[in-house]
Amino acid sequence: MDNHSHMVTENDVQGMTQTKSLIEYTLHLADTNLILGHRNSEWTGHGPVLEQDIAISNIALDLIGQARNFYQYAATLINQNPDVADFDFNFDRPVTEDDLAYLRDAFDYKNHLLTEQQNGDWAHTILRQFYFSVWQYLFYGQLVKSTDQQLSSIAEKSLKETTYHVRWSSEWVIRLGDGTQESQQRMFEAISNFQNFYGELFEPAPYENDLLQESISVDVKKLKADWDKKVNEIFEEATLPFTPAKWSQAGGKTGIHTEHLGFILAEMQFLQRAYPNSIW
Amino acid sequence: MSLPQNDIIHTDPNQSKADETSTKQKVWQILGSVNDPEVPVLSVIDLGIIRDVSIENEGNENKEPQIAVTITPTYSGCPAMDVISMQIRLALLQNGFKNIHIKSVLSPAWTTEWMTEAGKNKLKAYGIAPPNPQQSVCSIQPFQAQEAIQCPRCNSYHTEMISQFGSTACKALYRCLDCKEPFDYFKCH
Repeated sequence: MDNHSHMVTENDVQGMTQTKSLIEYTLHLADTNLILGHRNSEWTGHGPVLEQDIAISNIALDLIGQARNFYQYAATLINQNPDVADFDFNFDRPVTEDDLAYLRDAFDYKNHLLTEQQNGDWAHTILRQFYFSVWQYLFYGQLVKSTDQQLSSIAEKSLKETTYHVRWSSEWVIRLGDGTQESQQRMFEAISNFQNFYGELFEPAPYENDLLQESISVDVKKLKADWDKKVNEIFEEATLPFTPAKWSQAGGKTGIHTEHLGFILAEMQFLQRAYPNSIW
Repeated sequence: MSLPQNDIIHTDPNQSKADETSTKQKVWQILGSVNDPEVPVLSVIDLGIIRDVSIENEGNENKEPQIAVTITPTYSGCPAMDVISMQIRLALLQNGFKNIHIKSVLSPAWTTEWMTEAGKNKLKAYGIAPPNPQQSVCSIQPFQAQEAIQCPRCNSYHTEMISQFGSTACKALYRCLDCKEPFDYFKCH
């Protein structure tokens, strides 16, 4: 019996693992932008003043736009490698960006836990954005150097938008921290509530580690020192204390989420689930 | 960017080359009539989002010319991009081109430096302050001193920023401290 022609070589397996990791990594980046974008969009029409309602909605738009670029790339990779991706959409058509956003369940989502936390008051929303944007700014600054051309291009494009997000959220952290007793108290509460959620930003997932050797992914552990420095600098100006977290929640990047994600997806995906393929 | 007026007209005896130039010029001309749906005084050329136009099968009587237009988004989430892409296709179809490919590229990332001078003048006449040349303002530092933005109505530089996020992703909100009118600023990017 000659099975040689069907034998999967070690190189093939390695290549498939690599592609699978790249799909997962791209989805992780798409999901984290989409979920924070969705959270921010919940403020639309509810912002504290009109200009800031517009600002947070603009940031939501940027994040969802970045998510689309990642989802489109993930869809291309999945369609090119149908045997690698572990989705069973069972379509007789190519997978689209919308399928990936609207038809994956909570355990498929790979966003950071920080991004799915509830909006709370303005202080919570600001601090979540600030923690995330400082990380994302440093992250894109490295992803630009990725050996994957498309990830690098998306990073180059997104970095310019994230620059505005860092500045805007920094200014608000300072304004609230160094504002009134009430605003400062609310920042204290936000800091306390998110204390165990920012650590995950610097914890690599297995698919990220797989891509490190070929310089496709970013070594997020190495971003921590610069992140600490920037957060300290802004907190100091905001007269807020920065105490490093002793431990951190993690799991979002591999599909283990807090209870909040299910509620977000229930709202976001309702229409496509109830009326498949509907457009408007 | 290779604008049609900058193209050297070929005196090449090779006829198909000359045809290509003229078709290309025609496509550029058509693109000049496609406007941004959000800022309708600006054409897609003024905006600087057309990165390339290429023609294949030119001068081949047996084949339709294939038109490839490469565009780049202004902002990742700009909802006008899908509309712009469709309008380009429609404008080319209306002018008899059938084989049309519109490709979107992200790198190099769009910058307001690519906006034409004509575009900047049109913006100002429309009541939107045109982008300043790219300088120090695009950084993460909070509360940095803003460059003076000229009021598009009364030309005063005595203006202040209300919010760096405005009515669309590409604009910031300003007010003039002399004529007291609020205005949009097409922010540097």
